[in-house]
Amino acid sequence: MRILDRLKSRRQKSSGEVAKERLRLVLAHDRADISPGLLGTLKDEIIDVISQHVDIDADGVQVTISQSTRQSRLVADIPLMAGRRHRKKA
Amino acid sequence: MAARVITITSGKGGVGKTTIAANLSVALAMSGHRVVVIDADVGLRNLDMMLGLENRIVYDLVDVIEGRSRLRQALVHDKRLPELFLLPAAQTRDKSAVQPADMVRVCDELREQHDYIMIDSPAGIEQGFRYAIAPADEILIITNPEVAAVRDADRVVGLIEAEEKGPARLIINRINPDMVRRGEMLGIADVIELLAIDLIGTVPEEPDILVSANRGRPLAFSPDGCLAGQAFHNIARRLQGEDVPFLTLREQGMLGRLFSFVRAGGESS
Repeated sequence: MRILDRLKSRRQKSSGEVAKERLRLVLAHDRADISPGLLGTLKDEIIDVISQHVDIDADGVQVTISQSTRQSRLVADIPLMAGRRHRKKA
Repeated sequence: MAARVITITSGKGGVGKTTIAANLSVALAMSGHRVVVIDADVGLRNLDMMLGLENRIVYDLVDVIEGRSRLRQALVHDKRLPELFLLPAAQTRDKSAVQPADMVRVCDELREQHDYIMIDSPAGIEQGFRYAIAPADEILIITNPEVAAVRDADRVVGLIEAEEKGPARLIINRINPDMVRRGEMLGIADVIELLAIDLIGTVPEEPDILVSANRGRPLAFSPDGCLAGQAFHNIARRLQGEDVPFLTLREQGMLGRLFSFVRAGGESS
């Protein structure tokens, strides 16, 4: 019980909000029939392919499923190294 | 005269399909419609108990399908309402005893004599669900504001779209306005947004629902002073095409207003 309370106070969101966020994600995966594992594989391969041509920030890449009404789409957000203001030397 | 066939389904079990099937059937019959409600949960029949008709069953759905009984003989008349009939499920058989074409045939035979044929679908997305939606003109999907029920409802929405059945409309059952207000339960707007289908009604969680099941007398028989009972009648009216405003606890009568003030701070989940 005490652990539960501590967990509760650490995250500020109400359980209703958490439920909604978790459902939004899981429904997007269910509808598209893409498991989180497959999404990870897609992400790795997208990074490989793009990196062959463009210098990208691999750590910043995000591949997600987005949902508008009942239409699903795969969204890849790929930060380019060239676009960074404070460019770090790798 | 062609009846409308309305299937009540959910994916997940225990969300209130049978309670809602019983109450909507009673509400429709109370407004003068000729209603048959079919228990499609072969092997796990319960609609007879909800309606208090369990001692009156002679034949069942599978007897009709397999030719041991004529359809009219199997219908159990609810003596409290002249226009309400139950077609019970078989209790000692399983879902493999019924094919989608059987349900279509049974409903086609009932269509001429009735206005509404309500089908109480079994839980799940297998055979029982398939035959329950086969004859449907419309589908009501029942869910609770709870992660497992919403996820399963979404699967069912997808399957119904794939089968080109429907239109499907949503009933959110077992809403606890207090919990919604505290942010500890998904609200009505959240569930609609997630599932992206039209809402036909919401039903608050109330102890009276269990009491009415104990007695075999659905709440819809006496809806006065009871939000859930009113909610069932409102849904029945919307099914008939009436434009009934959605219940918020605030919009109740004096008693309801007091009730909502005390219990829910006037917030309609």
